[in-house]
Amino acid sequence: MARAPLLTFTDRGIFCPQGDFYIDPWRPVDRALITHGHSDHARYGHKAYLATHQALPVIRHRLGQINAGGIAYGEAREMNGVTVSFHPAGHVPGSAQIRVEYGGEVWVVSGDYKIEPDGLSEPFEPIACHTFISECTFGLPVFHWAPQAQIITDVATWWAANAAAGITSILGAYSFGKAQRLMAALPPLGPILTHGAVEATTAILRDQGYVLPETIRATAAITPKTHPGALIIAPPSALGSAWANRFGPTSEAFASGWMALRGIRRRRSLGTGFAISDHADWPGLNAAIRATGASRVFVTHGYTAPFRHWLEEQGYEAGIVATDYTGDDAATEPEAEA
Amino acid sequence: MKHFAALFAALDGTTKTTAKLVALTNYFQTAAEQDRVWTIAILSGRRPKRSVTATELRLWAAEVAGIPDWLFEESYTVVGDLAETIAHLLPMPQLGLPDQSLTEWITALMGLNGKPADTRKAAIVGAWQSLAPEERFIFNKLITGGFRMGVSQGLMTKALARATDMDEAAIAHRMMGDWQPASTRFADLIAPDIAGSSSRPYPFALASALDGGPETLGDPANWIAEWKWDGIRGQLVTRPGAFALWSRGEDLITDRFPEFAGLADFLPPGTVIDGEVLAWDVAADKPQPFAALQTRINRKTVPKKLLVDAPARMLAYDLLEDAGIDLRTAPLAVRRARLAELIDGIDPKLGLGLSPQITVEDWPCLAAIRATAQMHRAEGLMLKRASSPYHTGRKRGDWWKWKLDPMTIDAVMIYAQAGHGRRANLYTDFTFAVRDGNELVPFTKAYSGLTDAEFAQITAWVRKNTLERFGPVRRVPPELVFELAFEGIQASPRHKSGIALRFPRMLRWRHDKGPNEIDTLDTLRAVLAASVV
Ligand SMILES: [Zn+2]
Ligand SMILES: [Zn+2]
Repeated sequence: MARAPLLTFTDRGIFCPQGDFYIDPWRPVDRALITHGHSDHARYGHKAYLATHQALPVIRHRLGQINAGGIAYGEAREMNGVTVSFHPAGHVPGSAQIRVEYGGEVWVVSGDYKIEPDGLSEPFEPIACHTFISECTFGLPVFHWAPQAQIITDVATWWAANAAAGITSILGAYSFGKAQRLMAALPPLGPILTHGAVEATTAILRDQGYVLPETIRATAAITPKTHPGALIIAPPSALGSAWANRFGPTSEAFASGWMALRGIRRRRSLGTGFAISDHADWPGLNAAIRATGASRVFVTHGYTAPFRHWLEEQGYEAGIVATDYTGDDAATEPEAEA
Repeated sequence: MKHFAALFAALDGTTKTTAKLVALTNYFQTAAEQDRVWTIAILSGRRPKRSVTATELRLWAAEVAGIPDWLFEESYTVVGDLAETIAHLLPMPQLGLPDQSLTEWITALMGLNGKPADTRKAAIVGAWQSLAPEERFIFNKLITGGFRMGVSQGLMTKALARATDMDEAAIAHRMMGDWQPASTRFADLIAPDIAGSSSRPYPFALASALDGGPETLGDPANWIAEWKWDGIRGQLVTRPGAFALWSRGEDLITDRFPEFAGLADFLPPGTVIDGEVLAWDVAADKPQPFAALQTRINRKTVPKKLLVDAPARMLAYDLLEDAGIDLRTAPLAVRRARLAELIDGIDPKLGLGLSPQITVEDWPCLAAIRATAQMHRAEGLMLKRASSPYHTGRKRGDWWKWKLDPMTIDAVMIYAQAGHGRRANLYTDFTFAVRDGNELVPFTKAYSGLTDAEFAQITAWVRKNTLERFGPVRRVPPELVFELAFEGIQASPRHKSGIALRFPRMLRWRHDKGPNEIDTLDTLRAVLAASVV
């Protein structure tokens, strides 16, 4: 007799009927397992949350008073006979893939992930499974990232050149994850100033024990005179704003995988873009999927239609998990890389 | 190619004009001489003759990248640029090969012309394997064309003038015309002309749009008004041993308008006239609609019937060179007077006439005259300061175009297509319909007039509301209403709606209107009927 699927796709998100829990649901539920603290995964309004110990502080900071429990990477937990465990996804500090096992059948929900270790996030670990639910934000073969060391060299060169010319560097980066990854990897070329949104998350991660350099919140008292040659790390929305303009002559750049595409760089009127992403590129997605040994793959987030088609051609049984913010659409907005 | 790639990266890596100017000036001082010539050619829209087709590039790139053709096409749709798509898809190159100059690569590409497909394929694939990713993009662009480096002709001219310590206007003039980068040395390109030997035109003076009325322009007595014709702006150059008609896009169109050939013998050598080429309605003695001229634009040779149906006539606006002397700094009033004298002595049958001057008594009077523009088959009026020189390019303040207000219509979007380049990944090209009874009839496409923020908002809506996909095109429910503006309307049996618009664009998104409040096909027919005079 055919068994009911271990995980199902509902209008609230990924649901495990046997274990009675959801994974990264987007509407309020009783029990939510959360892969990581980005706002498209950790939403407000669930009765109970479960996430890694490392992910919880940022989630609590973003969601306020919530009923949440922590779990260690690799720790097994029973939920009505279903065994769940969290494993590093390499996406941002604390991020996890969630493994779900019942009656010998294993599913893994990737959440967001990236293969290359970034020196800050717990490095990605491939988890063997029968069915893999993979994100595919950058699921087209035009996306392949240069090694982090090379991109960091580019950023450092840009920063140093600006500093030498008496120009303040403003680097747009998502305030949780990308911002800290950059500051941790950059050489100490000058003061690092932060936008309030970046500073808050940075302070939390530093308190948790992640090794981050000294940062200074860019308050009204801070000017190019008090902090010459500074690098300011700010959320992308702050680029080109009045907030950014007060730092005198500035050079703005955006650090995002989308910056690989010239058209998108130009649309944002940004000359400088650094193609550095917290998501797997095309070779990364393919390698990760292969490493799970799964024969069935569901894709979500991003270029789902072509990526599924590609996987089918590679011999996988493949499907698409629709989410409420991208519909069944292939193209993803640059702003949605989280 | 490293030097040129570095220039490209510098230009592409900034939105600031000053930084671009520095990068260009520096390049023109340090690059190899022949690379400078090719760079000027590329920046002014010339490129080597295409020796490889876009289809071949797609197939070869997909093969080298090891991906199926459909995945190549999906990738192209997202990236929006063929050269860039290929550059991203190819596997990493072999490193450490010696650098070849821009000129060497271009020469190699030109050498592929007419060679069998497998020879060309081997050469292109070999190039891909030896070039760094950023150089591959440039190499592909050399083949596909369409380098948009954010450098205007004016900026390039300024950089060249700085690099060579020459006068900007002189450089601008040098860059005009039909020079061949393959056979032009840098020194010759910027050298002053050997007097009168060339058919080179002058840079065109351009007008700015006059928003609102002319009252802010001061005393009407200081202004010269004339009709703004809807034809092809052109420069007629007669010099010893040379006769040429140039379009504003710097295309040589002499052979497309054989009507003017006789002028070569009657205009004094050393005459350059700026005017408008129009298809003439001989019976009515006024221009035909632009559509009539359009039938001639893309033809290299003109069949007899067209010469009869749509004979060309040039209406002269300005005189730039007289008896071999550059008149451009003389006041317009003086140039016009001399122009009138000159044309007075020419047989009207030779196809050249004077664009009539309209007397400006006062501004209200002129407004009334402008209102009759359609009757004269004009788009509106031009206002030029009587004392103005003939500027290089667009200099605000002396020349204004005062067009008729556009016609507008409310229509609903029914298809959306993603844009290219800067707007890749955004839905920007829309097909619109008007109502005809219970049916919606598509009648035009438009892709400009909205802000990036509006396009982003519409893009999100299109994604959520797609009914069907046909490649890059999506059918959407008829819900979003837009006010479209257009400059002209013509009957067109080729279109289902029976009409064709000229310069359609989105004026604004009518959030306040629903699809049952849009205009009807009958409204469009009425506009058409009213515009046929
Ligand atoms: Zn995400
Ligand atoms: Zn994320």
